[in-house]
Amino acid sequence: MPLGGVIFIVIFIAIFGAFLVWLSIKTGGKVHYHPVKYEPYECGLPAMEKKDTKVSVKFYLTAILFILFDIEIIFMYPWATTFRDFISSGQGGLVFGSMMFFLIVFIFGLFWEVKSKALEWD
Amino acid sequence: MNMGKDAFEIIVNGLKLVIIFLMIVQLVPILVWVERRGSAFIQNRLGPNRVGPLGLMQLLADAVKFLTKESFVPDTAKPVLYYAAPIFALIPGAVAFAAIPLSTAFTVGTFELFGSSWGPYTFLVQGYDIGIGIVFILGVSSLAAYTLLMAGWGSGNKYSLMGALRASAQTISYELALGLSIVGVIIMYNTFNLTDMTMAQQGPLHFSFMGYTVAASWLPNWGIFYQPLGALLFFTATFAESNRLPFDLAEGEAELVAGFHTEYGGFKFNMFFIGEYGHMMVAASLMSIFFFGGFGIPFVTVDQVHQWAVTVTSTPNWASALVALIHFLVFNVKFFAFLWIFIWVRWTLPRFRYDQLMDLGWKTMLPWALVNTILTATVVYIASL
Repeated sequence: MPLGGVIFIVIFIAIFGAFLVWLSIKTGGKVHYHPVKYEPYECGLPAMEKKDTKVSVKFYLTAILFILFDIEIIFMYPWATTFRDFISSGQGGLVFGSMMFFLIVFIFGLFWEVKSKALEWD
Repeated sequence: MNMGKDAFEIIVNGLKLVIIFLMIVQLVPILVWVERRGSAFIQNRLGPNRVGPLGLMQLLADAVKFLTKESFVPDTAKPVLYYAAPIFALIPGAVAFAAIPLSTAFTVGTFELFGSSWGPYTFLVQGYDIGIGIVFILGVSSLAAYTLLMAGWGSGNKYSLMGALRASAQTISYELALGLSIVGVIIMYNTFNLTDMTMAQQGPLHFSFMGYTVAASWLPNWGIFYQPLGALLFFTATFAESNRLPFDLAEGEAELVAGFHTEYGGFKFNMFFIGEYGHMMVAASLMSIFFFGGFGIPFVTVDQVHQWAVTVTSTPNWASALVALIHFLVFNVKFFAFLWIFIWVRWTLPRFRYDQLMDLGWKTMLPWALVNTILTATVVYIASL
């Protein structure tokens, strides 16, 4: 049931969305082409850089750090769902202790990241 | 892969998905009207009140206007990405919303149709029941970052690209706090399944602590009383996830014109809007399921409602339908309350600066979410001793 439903709704939305875009092109008014009008919008000024813009390396750094931390957080999910089951089977101390050790490493990583100014935006 | 055991069930389940998607699409103009009237009310203005009674026909006028706009594509745009972005913007919100339980399941007994008998069915009031509810919803709704990047890169505009980069960096940063604030909730309910979570929040507040049973009959058994810090962090992070004020740096109009949708007009712009409101709806319903009892009536369990419904109605089918209807209405009350809070906050708080935004996400909310996780795990462990 779930996978079939997901595939169905994705295909349905894609067709529906494509129809809306097609409809807006068809019903939209007549296109009056002029090269100046069809330049990318830069508040009415001539475009300064025609090709790719330079972007700050900070975005790249943020993305890398996100991947590291997100994997660590997703790692906690299976632990969180089974924690109470482990407690009721008598292994609570072991599971609690090992996750606390992992969290200490996590906190150390976050602290190091802040300390090394990887998150400073100016 | 299958969506049901025979033709009838497959058709009903398919129609359910279509209805859920159209519900989202239809709710957007109403929410836009509420937002415009609400903002006018907050700012002591009138708002749209000319077209139809209370300005309600404004929605129709807007739709016609969107459709008759000239279809504009800048010369620098990459056409495939440019046209694909608004279509993909519709997908994450709707796919995630279809996995949310809106009410209890209802049963249909055997009946005769077209000369053959159709077996008893159980229909869920949700698109599909995915066992790992939260993980699926988080995963799907984070795909929205791709839409932003497609729109920003495909437009071939400097402002669009910068807006898209900002928006995606912000979305992924707050996803950490969002993901970590739910860990406490998962420990409390011991499940990923959203229906099970709702069922765990029935009746008045009661729990066991170190062998003693604690009960407070004057409070409902809601998640917010177990996870107040988690609720605050989660709610804040969802604002950033759906790019709403005070976190709408993606479209800081003073700096970036309109962010990633600068070059979009007409219906294509409207589709980004539907995507954004879809995220808001997912956030509002998750908030009510995690922390405010989902479709459950406060202090009353689903079983009690069912016992009452059996006495009022004639057949078990009608009883289960009545129960489902009541819970659906209760869910809607909570759902619209949170949607109104989204709108209220937007017109109350000013926008952050970009470095403040990133600092709040990484240096304030992530550590506090960690504290919440450690605290919850410790208390749960001590309570079991």
